[in-house]
Amino acid sequence: MRIATLCGMGFGTSMMLKLFIEEILRNEGIKAEVVPWDLGSFKGQDADIVVAPTDMERHLKSSSSKVVLIRNLVDKEEVRTSVLEAIHSLQG
Amino acid sequence: MIDQSDCIPLEDMLKPETVRANITVDSWQQAADTVGRLLVDAGMVEERYVEGMKRVLEEMGPYIVVAPGVALLHARPEDGVLRPCIGLLTLTEAVEFGHSKNDPVDIVLAFGATDKNSHICSLKQVAERLGDPEAVKRIRSAKSDEVLRQAFINADGEPPNSEEA
Repeated sequence: MRIATLCGMGFGTSMMLKLFIEEILRNEGIKAEVVPWDLGSFKGQDADIVVAPTDMERHLKSSSSKVVLIRNLVDKEEVRTSVLEAIHSLQG
Repeated sequence: MIDQSDCIPLEDMLKPETVRANITVDSWQQAADTVGRLLVDAGMVEERYVEGMKRVLEEMGPYIVVAPGVALLHARPEDGVLRPCIGLLTLTEAVEFGHSKNDPVDIVLAFGATDKNSHICSLKQVAERLGDPEAVKRIRSAKSDEVLRQAFINADGEPPNSEEA
């Protein structure tokens, strides 16, 4: 499984989310690759799940990935619940 | 993977001269100018970086309001970062950044990175403090710059060796 974290430039928010999600995956024993994306270069790239800040929804309208929007990016519980829900829904 | 040897500790990025508690501003632009000025005066970024941070918000939207009441401003290394740095303000009155859910903002952070990785461990520490309700209480109630700074640097908010002081 491939999980992408999206932000504007790929330096801040997406890296922060990547670290949080890697920690969650480790704790849950789930194997997945987490890659940071930025708005300038993510088009045409591929992931099963894209995790992004709420206000980036409009950039993901045409995405074929499962989109997870996070309101509070420092709330590990919100990130955990939302990401695990998306992973489980993909695993059927 | 992130190479820990590249990690710049938070106390080296968040300097005493780049932290100010209880600042009054009347707009997000003024908040960005004020925190940007701290970084310019400390020799951490060039003047144009401040404009860069504002341009990011105008062009990419207010997603940089990463949590309720918390903005994390930044631009790119090539926009004028001289040294990896973090600036921080708390506001006496919260201002609107235009976010759909997390406005208004009273904790304003700004960082400058020189590459993709070396600032990340510090950024993670900042995020962990902001995710800790007790630490956020200390941050919002800090009356002095140093108390505010220590609320980020130390998990318990106490300066090192404070008992001996």
